[in-house]
Amino acid sequence: MKIITPLIIVLVLIALAYVGVMAGLTSLFGVVIPYIALVVFLLGFVYKVVKWAQSPVPFRIPTTAGQQQSLPWIKQNKFDNPSNLVGVLVRMALEVLLFRSLFRNTKAELGNGASLAYGSAKWLWLGGLVFHWSFLVIIIRHNRLFLEPVPAIIALIEQFDGLFQVMVPAFYLTDAAILVALTYLFFRRVVSPQIKYISLPADYFPLYLIGAIAVTGILMRYFIRVDVVAIKALVRGLITFDFSPQEGIGVLFYIHLFLVSILAIYFPFSKLMHLGGVFLSPTRNLASNNRMRRHINPWNPDIKPRTYPEYEDEFREKMKQVGLPVDKD
Amino acid sequence: MTVLKPEELTKNIEETPSLMTGKSPAKEWIDTPAEFRPGNWCYSAKAPAVEALKAPNARTWSPDDEDWKLPEDWFDIISKGFKERLDKYRSLKIFMDVCVRCGACADKCHFFLGTGDPKNMPVLRAELMRSVYRNDYTLAGKLLKKYAGARPLTMEVVKEWFLYFFQCTECRRCSLYCPYGIDTAEITMMARELLNLVGINTNWIMDPAANCNRTGNHLGIEPHTFKTVVDSLCEDIEDITGITIEPSFNRKGAEILFITPSGDVFADPGVYTMMGYIMLFEHIGLDYTLSTYASEGGNFGLFNSSELMKKLNAKMYHEAERLGVKWILGGECGHMWRVLHQYMDTMNGPANFLEEPVSPITRTKFENAKSTKMVHIAEFTADLIRHNKLKLDPSRNDHRNVTFHDSCNPARAMGLMDEPRYVLQNVVNNFHEMPENTIREQTFCCGAGSGLNTEEIMDVRMRGALPRANALKHVHEKNGVNMMSCVCAIDRATLLALTQYWVPDVEICGVTELVANALVMEGENEVRDCDLREDPYEGVEE
Repeated sequence: MKIITPLIIVLVLIALAYVGVMAGLTSLFGVVIPYIALVVFLLGFVYKVVKWAQSPVPFRIPTTAGQQQSLPWIKQNKFDNPSNLVGVLVRMALEVLLFRSLFRNTKAELGNGASLAYGSAKWLWLGGLVFHWSFLVIIIRHNRLFLEPVPAIIALIEQFDGLFQVMVPAFYLTDAAILVALTYLFFRRVVSPQIKYISLPADYFPLYLIGAIAVTGILMRYFIRVDVVAIKALVRGLITFDFSPQEGIGVLFYIHLFLVSILAIYFPFSKLMHLGGVFLSPTRNLASNNRMRRHINPWNPDIKPRTYPEYEDEFREKMKQVGLPVDKD
Repeated sequence: MTVLKPEELTKNIEETPSLMTGKSPAKEWIDTPAEFRPGNWCYSAKAPAVEALKAPNARTWSPDDEDWKLPEDWFDIISKGFKERLDKYRSLKIFMDVCVRCGACADKCHFFLGTGDPKNMPVLRAELMRSVYRNDYTLAGKLLKKYAGARPLTMEVVKEWFLYFFQCTECRRCSLYCPYGIDTAEITMMARELLNLVGINTNWIMDPAANCNRTGNHLGIEPHTFKTVVDSLCEDIEDITGITIEPSFNRKGAEILFITPSGDVFADPGVYTMMGYIMLFEHIGLDYTLSTYASEGGNFGLFNSSELMKKLNAKMYHEAERLGVKWILGGECGHMWRVLHQYMDTMNGPANFLEEPVSPITRTKFENAKSTKMVHIAEFTADLIRHNKLKLDPSRNDHRNVTFHDSCNPARAMGLMDEPRYVLQNVVNNFHEMPENTIREQTFCCGAGSGLNTEEIMDVRMRGALPRANALKHVHEKNGVNMMSCVCAIDRATLLALTQYWVPDVEICGVTELVANALVMEGENEVRDCDLREDPYEGVEE
């Protein structure tokens, strides 16, 4: 159920776009919905981050993943247990760009006599990394459609991505990579009993959706050609608020665009917000310098301990009997 | 309660169909009610302790009762408390929103490894709370309900929270592997605060907390008895070494206030570590004092609420100021150091009446403690050894083959890893590390931290102890390790239960106990033939 239903939803979305465009609603799918999606995405994303930021960070609670800064001759692990801003920036860069924490992953196996072994388990790290980086490169590549002239940096990225000139047009590595990674991320959710058990429909839905976006994109590029010039004109029109209709673009493009719009709308309300959250996680983005620099809690409540005079009042005689010093005789 | 024999439990863990043995449960977790059975929950807090702390809803009740005697508006209290905490803690908001259920944390929890219970996977432990969050705070949850993994807060959910948030030891091992640093300890702390609001507490947390508040230490030892017990430890030191030591108590004008968990004063084998501190300070001629008022380093408030944590912790600075010491030295304890390192200064600082800590022996400035003004004993001792201030004969520990258990909090909430190891290298000749996935930041919990070190939950404890026991057994069999050292007083109590159950031939000790054994002290008996446990040194006939 929870695996199939999200797939059906994605198929229905595709059908919706197909039927809509066939019925001539190209402005709806080509203009109105993308605009709504863009607005929802931007406002939703900002709203969510602002909501997070409105809550303070009362305590400095980094997870320390290595030796602390202590005596000068003890070697600190500066990036896994940073004690200053530079260390934190490196730690965050390693986390965001290279998935440092996932790289640590191990797999526990229960053997004879309830013995446990911890094997290396880097596939999730690799799969996740390939997926996210491919996605990023693909998004950057798509800027070709928005920008005229195409900036050199995008051309360069395209050149690297298309290193294997196995077909015409140049075959992009990331197109294959993202499909392989998505397939892996999907299969581990279905095959591993643990992951399958914890997975929600909301975990399958983005996989199908992004998968469908990738497949429609690849189909357009290599198999069912669409009119790229017309698409570029449409996209240019969107950013210059010139909505002159473009003819003969092909329905596949509208499906692709519609799915991207759905992804953008879905994004701020879903787990995909980990994109923003990873930067704000207090166990990662703070220095472990608590004993060096006082961290301020804006709502620090006024709570007093049971004071020493109250304590002495209760125990004074007993204290005096064993010769413990007292403040009041 | 009866606990399975180790062989039986081993068989049970191996053969019971579970996610750890590759078998999926028939029902979704959201449709599976919490099952209370002997050995998997802690006794409820008794009314006097709850009253003493002025905590809500003191009463007599038990988790296996149908009726938990909650206030009529329990739903509103918890809902309001949840909202309040979302507004006060960015951590909670982020951890509720960003989990992608990648599963990296699933097999990192010692309780999951030992029970195979899906709700002991950190991801699901958090989903227990996240599901309620989605229901009340997210659009998807409001619209799609169960399909979006949302469910309303019901009495069944509250009971489930109690069961599973008291089957978490706040060890933070899962947070190490999480790509977003989601820390289940933080979620557990929030859940326990919410439960506390309606009077759902355990006795082994509230009773020690009430004692700490009144007498200064978790066992409720009154000041005169505290002094008598320490004096009797000094008599033992005299018997063994021939040296008479008279530590001072509550002495104004001492340079340093020394605070250690009271478990070191009262519980075997912690007492040997206490004897170790006293001998070490005598050896270097330290100007220090002990306090009967602040006689507990540990902080049971951490396991209940941030308010109680602050209230108990405040005693340290209060006493330091009253005595007029320059700075505070802290003994070996795990969660105590979580509080001291990550909360103390924020909660109860700034301690402007203290000075930046400088070792009076080596003149080393403890730069890393210059604001909180509290130094860890392992940092202090490592510095002494580095400067050759201790006369050490490590061969006196030759009858010990030692390993080191990193306690969760010093490892993952501080990063104290190489200081104790440096000390150990200098005081023992036989040292072997446990496998690398089980030490340092990847260390496994003793299975009973965060207020779970009580008898009635022994089944879960011994299951949770399995990963640590496994690693220990490995070096016990391969390298002949017979002593596991640690820097934690709760460990010294809980690891003892662990070894007695899983690896009976290994003993537990504090690092400072081994330091004192190796100390060659001025004026000691010409023949010092046994260690602090009165076990003969290697080569000495019994």
